[in-house]
Amino acid sequence: MLRVDKKTKIALLRMMLRSRLFEEKIVSVYGKQDMKTPVHLYIGQEAVAAGVCAHLRREDYIFSTHRNHGHYLSKGADMSGMVAELYGRRTGCAKGKGGSMHFVDVSCGCMGTTSIVGGSIPLAVGGALAAKVRKEDRVSVAFFGDGAADEGVFQESLNFAALHKLPAVFVCENNYYATNSHQDARHAHGNIAKRGHAFGMHSERCDGNNAEAVYIASRKAVNRARRGLGPSLLEFSTYRWKGHVGPDCDYMKGCRPKEELESWQKKCPIEAYKKIILKEHILDQSGIDAICAEVSSEIEAAWSAALAAPYPAAEELYKDVYR
Amino acid sequence: MPWTKVLIDKAEFENTLGKQGLRGLSYRAALLEAHTQLLESDPAVIVIGEGVDDPGGVFGSTLDLHKKFGRERVYDMPIAENGLTGVAVGAAACGLKPVFVHMRTDFLPMCMDQLANHAAKWHYMTGGKVNIPLVVRSLIGRGWGSAAQHSQALYSLFTHIPGLKVVAPATPYDAKGLLVSAVRDGNPVMFFEHRWLYDFTGYVPRESYAVPFGQGAVRRAGKDVTIVAVSLMVYEAVKAARLLEKDGIDAEVIDPRTLKPLDEKLILESLAKTGRLVVADNAASFNGFSAEVAALAAEKGFGLLKAPVRRVCLPDVPVPASPELEKAYYPGAEDIAQAVRLALKA
Repeated sequence: MLRVDKKTKIALLRMMLRSRLFEEKIVSVYGKQDMKTPVHLYIGQEAVAAGVCAHLRREDYIFSTHRNHGHYLSKGADMSGMVAELYGRRTGCAKGKGGSMHFVDVSCGCMGTTSIVGGSIPLAVGGALAAKVRKEDRVSVAFFGDGAADEGVFQESLNFAALHKLPAVFVCENNYYATNSHQDARHAHGNIAKRGHAFGMHSERCDGNNAEAVYIASRKAVNRARRGLGPSLLEFSTYRWKGHVGPDCDYMKGCRPKEELESWQKKCPIEAYKKIILKEHILDQSGIDAICAEVSSEIEAAWSAALAAPYPAAEELYKDVYR
Repeated sequence: MPWTKVLIDKAEFENTLGKQGLRGLSYRAALLEAHTQLLESDPAVIVIGEGVDDPGGVFGSTLDLHKKFGRERVYDMPIAENGLTGVAVGAAACGLKPVFVHMRTDFLPMCMDQLANHAAKWHYMTGGKVNIPLVVRSLIGRGWGSAAQHSQALYSLFTHIPGLKVVAPATPYDAKGLLVSAVRDGNPVMFFEHRWLYDFTGYVPRESYAVPFGQGAVRRAGKDVTIVAVSLMVYEAVKAARLLEKDGIDAEVIDPRTLKPLDEKLILESLAKTGRLVVADNAASFNGFSAEVAALAAEKGFGLLKAPVRRVCLPDVPVPASPELEKAYYPGAEDIAQAVRLALKA
């Protein structure tokens, strides 16, 4: 197994904590009903965004989905712009026009997110095509779930990216549920990564709750893209703790077995990684606590700024339809 | 003005503008010239579509571009319309200016998700941070039994989606100038070409020029009735106006050129003069572009109207195959002239 250096280990933990604490804050305030946008929480899946984004440079592109908070934070997007967007404020990253499902931060290659399942996949291929045509050293990453693998554009995009050897990385987060439909009810064959082989593409399936496993698999995929060896498909097995949308768990509604959720919660990517960090003496508990405190104060500052910011003026409605 | 002149056939061009030493070019050649100049002048422009590099070159409009500009910028695509539209949208978001070409408009419904949900919305959803400079060209077919899936004119569908612009050039001059504008516009532009326009010849300057969006053209000035005609129907309307001359009726023919944005001012000014409106469209009438023009007259020109608005459109049925049914399906100059006569009787 390839080594992961100390600095990277801390960075991975930090990225995961940033995603987790950010969303726990959403959970804690959502009942007030002043965050008027549907939230699709990423809690439980944080290792994927961290392990992938750890390899990405500021100028690399990512295209994401409705479940995008972790991707954006891990890629380095401005948190205050995201929170203001959640609250529909003028200072939001999309000026209050996007909401939770449409964050953007062009300064770090976060080119937008889509709530149409599968939509991010061809867009990311387009980013890779642009990089190739413009002879820029950039990689373009598509984040999507197992539900998106059902869509025609998934197949279409893989084929085109492989055909033109584009610098794309397809990151499928298999959390086994498309809204409430289990993968078993949707897929004739459960291994999504294998579909990459049909296009002659490097493909790998690995544990999406193990930050270092994600990091190592992604290193290969991103390096291949950078070296002009074409796209890769990575399937990460993981699990979303909350319901499809909203701050609550959904097992009580019968959406899935409670035992299933509990068994995955025992495999929490962050708790597991904290143990490794401590065991390997990368940080001690006070070091971990210090990261949590730092992230928490960033979150509190972002929340205060967002809540103090004005709403967009009504005239804003008609702006930005066209350039 | 030579650039607004509608000439019914090549002989007419040669007997008029050609004699004045103006350069005549077919619609297809005008499109090819626009592509060539756009590719030459802007490295961000790429052309992608099924058959753009085949020996036909999309009926000549992209012929041999790949030989001149290479397959990095001009290439064929897998038969995956929605996926490739998404690729083009993503590429546009990241700095390219793709021209995406469909030999048949009928394949656009396969791209609808990426056009309606992504291309059209991206600029707004990102608060204006990311724009999508994408042009989607498509051809409207007609005749030879092309039938229900190879002859549709679906532009009205796209005018209903905020964030898209929709253009339908009728003349070679506009085909070139509007394509230049479309590529430079910075927004997703749906560019509709009627296949039957491809052989029409008109004045086309050699140098690159842009025809602005939202400016219609008066194809024939007149005082008795306003005919607003779209795409191929512009020619039918001009022919109808010539027929009507014999009855002593002086028709004004207006070509909006861009359906969205629409030159409302030009239409209302004409209506103020004539008081009568006939809309000639080569799409279905129900909830179509012709209905929008009629609504414009009702909302903003009601006091100007001396007679009910009349529409000459395609019937609300799928396009048939048999030549006899096609004949019954497509209205022409005589139908427009008849609608004008009725409008004048009211």
